[in-house]
Amino acid sequence: MELKDIIKPENLVYDKSEVQTDTIMHYCPGCSHGVVHKVIAELIGELGIQEKTVGIAPVGCAVFAYNYIDVDWQEAAHGRAPAVATGVARLNPDKFVFTYQGDGDLASIGSGEIMHACNRGENILVVFINNGIYGMTGGQMAPTTLDGMVTSTTPFGRNADLNGYPMKITELIAQLPGTSYVTRQAVHNAASVRKCKRAIKKGIQNVLDKKGTSFIEVVSTCNSGWKMTPVAANKWMEDNMFPFYPLGDLKDGVKGEPVSKN
Amino acid sequence: MGELRLMKGNEVLAEAAIRCGCDGYFGYPITPQSEVMETLMARQPWNETGMTVLQAESEVASINMVYGAAGSGKKVMTSSSSPGISLMAEGISYIAGAELPCLIINVQRGGPGLGTIQPSQADYFQSVKGGGHGDYKMIVLAPASVQEMNDFVALGFELAFKYRNPAMILTDGAIGQMMERVELADFKPRWTEEEIKVKSGAWATIGKAIDRERNVVTSLEMDSAKMEANNLRFQQKYKQMEEEDCRYEEIMCDDAEYILVAFGTSSRVCQKSVEIARAKGLKVGLLRPITLFPFPKKAINKLAEKAKGFLSVEMSAGQMIEDIKLAVYEAGKNTRVEHFGRMGGIIPTPGEVVEALEEKFSWEISYGVKRYY
Repeated sequence: MELKDIIKPENLVYDKSEVQTDTIMHYCPGCSHGVVHKVIAELIGELGIQEKTVGIAPVGCAVFAYNYIDVDWQEAAHGRAPAVATGVARLNPDKFVFTYQGDGDLASIGSGEIMHACNRGENILVVFINNGIYGMTGGQMAPTTLDGMVTSTTPFGRNADLNGYPMKITELIAQLPGTSYVTRQAVHNAASVRKCKRAIKKGIQNVLDKKGTSFIEVVSTCNSGWKMTPVAANKWMEDNMFPFYPLGDLKDGVKGEPVSKN
Repeated sequence: MGELRLMKGNEVLAEAAIRCGCDGYFGYPITPQSEVMETLMARQPWNETGMTVLQAESEVASINMVYGAAGSGKKVMTSSSSPGISLMAEGISYIAGAELPCLIINVQRGGPGLGTIQPSQADYFQSVKGGGHGDYKMIVLAPASVQEMNDFVALGFELAFKYRNPAMILTDGAIGQMMERVELADFKPRWTEEEIKVKSGAWATIGKAIDRERNVVTSLEMDSAKMEANNLRFQQKYKQMEEEDCRYEEIMCDDAEYILVAFGTSSRVCQKSVEIARAKGLKVGLLRPITLFPFPKKAINKLAEKAKGFLSVEMSAGQMIEDIKLAVYEAGKNTRVEHFGRMGGIIPTPGEVVEALEEKFSWEISYGVKRYY
């Protein structure tokens, strides 16, 4: 069989979303960012909301998210994406506004902004990539770094007496009445990618339905920062990250409920 | 004639914002400017014009809300006082770097640190030299009356949008808290989505239409050559501001031998000082910069030809004096420039200013000629 006989519309099994640009991604091989970007671009295309979407990019590895997803973007200062999103969403209530933030951005320098945006119930989607490390600056400790984990600023492993404890910020967010949907997902295999996509879709739908803040954590790998091959990083994540950051919904309810039902 | 009222400076800022068609205000309480947000909340402009008012969790958040909303092409503002403006410095730098229009109001109090809640002009450097990181400038307007608090809100927005650059109203606790007669501006409607599309559709995050490239609001550029080109474009813009939008007022400067230079509250004091000095037979005039950036260099250049001396009167240890000296130097003159100021929240009295003038220029006053140095 010739190649031209195979390349036919009826044989198509996968197509890149038109909302994803052709720009070559700068992410390291094995990084979770590319997968999450792809999922978001697909959903924006499938839901037909490209013209009403505004993305808020973080500071960190995903600073160039605006090069990969073909919607209007604003680049925020480190940690400030939820405040920037608040400004856009409050004055443009018919837009779909989302932030895309890493754990250094969201859980460390931006912990104040994320808490208050979620507590006000801003009508936005937050996509939170948690890989337990600062990727862009070269693998330093994050608030989410696990106890004993080696990073460039904890060369002998994170020590609670010196560095404090790893922070489960998503559990804190789930206590805030402004949120409607708080979940923790992963994208390390095909099944988890499909599940994560369903979760992000629900988050987007909540924003379109003006239900308040939806918050989606994606437990991710940083094989460069962790100094592992992509395969070993996935295994390490399953063995070490998932027990501390268990996957699943933390709140699936309505804005105004004082605490999570879970 | 517009509507006449007796109002506080801070209240007028709020009223003027609603009336000029402002889309949003984001702020955080701090003395001595809290009446701005209190007035807005009590007025409930969302019922009247659709303007959004939101109390943020910090000044850091409020300036970033302004950054986001300004990025979508809306007319937005914040207000604070000195320590709060320091917290906003990062956000203001991003706004300047991303070339967004917005209005920032600083009702100054004395510093450094927590300082005092009494009025001061010690944020002059912070305002006119940028304040945050990187090479940038803001348009800085210095009102000297409650009427100008009203007038400069609309003017600030006009200039901010003309240059796609942050504009600041630099006032202080005295004018913020003072009640005066004010003629309020007439109501102007907020821009419609269609108007915003025409005005700012080329750069604002109003939603990517199928027929155009996506708009990205950012200050980031990793290519050094492109980043330098961005910087050169900013500098060109600041130069244009100096050429087209410098504002100042001269009071009895025509025959003046000594020029007081003062803005805002201290310029009000100096008006009386001019009267006292003239009654004593001293030919004194007042130059009042209305825009602190762009600074009225040309007016100083011209006055330096005849004047025997300049006295910079500021509620600070002497900050604007450096810009006066630069202007005199650039004019190729060596007219003497001295400073008189009070700090810690103290407003100088008109008599103190005249005494300082007589003391610092005693040689010139005794001999009646210019002394070079």
